[in-house]
Amino acid sequence: MSTPTETVAARHRAAGGRRPLGVVPTALLLIGALYCVFPVIWVLIAATKSPGELFSTSTLSFGTGFLDNVTDLFAYRDGVFWLWAGNTLLYAGGGALLSTAVSAISGYTLAKYRFPGRGLIFNLLIGGILVPAVVLAIPQYLLFSKIGLADTYWAVLLPQILHPYSIYLARIYAAAAVPDSLLEAGRIDGAGEWRLMSRVAMPLMVPGMVTIFLFQFVAIWNNFLLPFIMLGDDGKFPLTVGLFTLLASGANQPALYNLILTGAFLSLLPLIALFLTMQRYWRTDLSSGAVK
Amino acid sequence: MRAHRLGAVLAVALTATLASCGSSEPEGPEAAQSPAAAAAGPVTLTYWTWAPNMDKITKVWNAANPDIQVTVSKQAGGDDAAAKFLTAAKAGNPPDLVQAEYQHLPSFIAAEAVADLKNETAAIKGEFSDGLWGLVTLGTDAVYGIPQDSGPMMLFYRQDLFDKYGIDVPKTWQEYADAARAVRKKDPSVHLGTFSSKDPGAFTGLAQQAGAQWWSISGESWKVGIADEPTKKVAAYWDGLVKEGAIDDMPYFTPEWNKALNDGKLLTWPSAVWAPGVLSSNAPKAAGKWAVAPLPQWNAGENHSGFWGGSSTAVAAASPHRAAAAKFATWLNTDPAAVDLLVKEAAIYPATTKAQSALGQAPEYFSNQPDFWQQAATVSAGARGFTFGPNVGTTYNAFKDAFDKALRDRTPFADAIQAVQDATVTDMRKSGFQIAA
Repeated sequence: MSTPTETVAARHRAAGGRRPLGVVPTALLLIGALYCVFPVIWVLIAATKSPGELFSTSTLSFGTGFLDNVTDLFAYRDGVFWLWAGNTLLYAGGGALLSTAVSAISGYTLAKYRFPGRGLIFNLLIGGILVPAVVLAIPQYLLFSKIGLADTYWAVLLPQILHPYSIYLARIYAAAAVPDSLLEAGRIDGAGEWRLMSRVAMPLMVPGMVTIFLFQFVAIWNNFLLPFIMLGDDGKFPLTVGLFTLLASGANQPALYNLILTGAFLSLLPLIALFLTMQRYWRTDLSSGAVK
Repeated sequence: MRAHRLGAVLAVALTATLASCGSSEPEGPEAAQSPAAAAAGPVTLTYWTWAPNMDKITKVWNAANPDIQVTVSKQAGGDDAAAKFLTAAKAGNPPDLVQAEYQHLPSFIAAEAVADLKNETAAIKGEFSDGLWGLVTLGTDAVYGIPQDSGPMMLFYRQDLFDKYGIDVPKTWQEYADAARAVRKKDPSVHLGTFSSKDPGAFTGLAQQAGAQWWSISGESWKVGIADEPTKKVAAYWDGLVKEGAIDDMPYFTPEWNKALNDGKLLTWPSAVWAPGVLSSNAPKAAGKWAVAPLPQWNAGENHSGFWGGSSTAVAAASPHRAAAAKFATWLNTDPAAVDLLVKEAAIYPATTKAQSALGQAPEYFSNQPDFWQQAATVSAGARGFTFGPNVGTTYNAFKDAFDKALRDRTPFADAIQAVQDATVTDMRKSGFQIAA
């Protein structure tokens, strides 16, 4: 019983010995954390304020209007918030799933197969990482208009499925997580290429795929410009674009600040929940799969 | 498919012309005359707008006009909406109808994105004041939109605090400046007003009041006069007040500004007729404490104002249903029942002269001022606008940059206005417009 405690204590002592040096990084990290968390806390606090309190009470004191705000938000235009939330879930969930599938397969292929043009494709992808998606939104809109897909769900989903950075990530991950020897062994045992990928390689790549999924989910969830340009029908808007119509609702109409803040806060909750539940996959050791 | 569509278009165009003399039953003859139209079903129009509750208003139209069904798609308003419409028009799939702010309409026209409604609107021209009508014609023979709402500028002030500090409502800008200095002496934490470098629309209205003509068309070329004498006079006036500290320089619509309104630290806001909506949302506690007066004048006894905001309903040039769309837009903005709905549901200040004088009860926030709408109608009659240019977006961005810089570096506003003029001319030259010297 005492041995492990002693080891822990020893470790603590060792850490304690380095502590003077650790103060600066810890302080930096704390400042960084505060910097990241503060806006979220601000949104949370602001969402609790009634319209009268929003600009008249101090920034960090809680208001009394949270439930009213939520009720008003849900009642706004007969509950259009739920429609937008559903759309966002569809774009982010569907888009991230499809994107993860495409990235994992492409990454695996690029990492494990040698074929003519592989280097060229990979270099093109690397080039693609350097082009920000924002720059492509308008050309994509013009193209989608040409094929008659503008203002459809596909207009938002399709451009986000192919994501060069995710493919790059999947390739790196596949190269590291899927040993060639394992694939060789599978081939010797008579497994086909499809079976090798779906039964051997993909399970090993799950932690990487979760990372890609989360990346893409958050990116699409927060995406504003692409749906803003692509969609004309407000019934297809995601939350980002929908809440923006509350903000910029014309000069003669007051901006519905408290509803926007409440909406922004509510739209954060699924992301937080997702990260809390999915982060354990990130900790999963690579070797906890088949290699053991 | 295409043939069917064309048939429907022609049928609608035909019936709309037939119906333009006031008949309200075009559906019957249409169905009888054209089997193609019957097969294609009713015309469906999409309408991009950000006015609140517009879907409720179109529901009334849709119930009465089964052959022209309008679907509202509520967009975000402002400059982004204009950019989005231009992009959609360029891509070939704009909505049939679009809410177009007066200052953005010329850019739509320059991009050939909106249709000329001259024939469709010949009968309703008289419903609007010349000033407003000029905003949708740009002084040409064409008509590019039907005015919907307007934003004549007035002076909003805190009546209770004016009484407290013993200030009279300023009738001229000279009196306004004196009052600003007097307020500072009585309570250094309070300002009479503020100059916003982020709201070119407000400055534009003040320049219009002074008689500025920022753009004009002569023949094939444009004349740009942003740095004209009236504008320079307005700029120098505010420059002086800001530099001597008589008024504040915080921008409008910021949390800081909202707080100042709530705390009674800002006593006036030269704004447009839609201000009650903003004030009731941003400073709800001060309800009943604000009052309204005409803008201070440059010369005593005058009755001039300018416009801040306001929009029209335009029909996309690419719309296959131009006549039907024009018919709806005409109904929406001139039919007494429709305008009444616009006022009640969308909270707009209507563009038609008749509707302006028919407004009754004052906004709730201004319940202490029962003659609110009469005041507005009087001001509206003396409000003068000017022709907007084809690149107002550039001008407004240049305004924000130049005046931000002028406030930060304490440089003269006159230089800032010259910078806006230069940026506008450069951009128009680059876009291929001819500029008259």
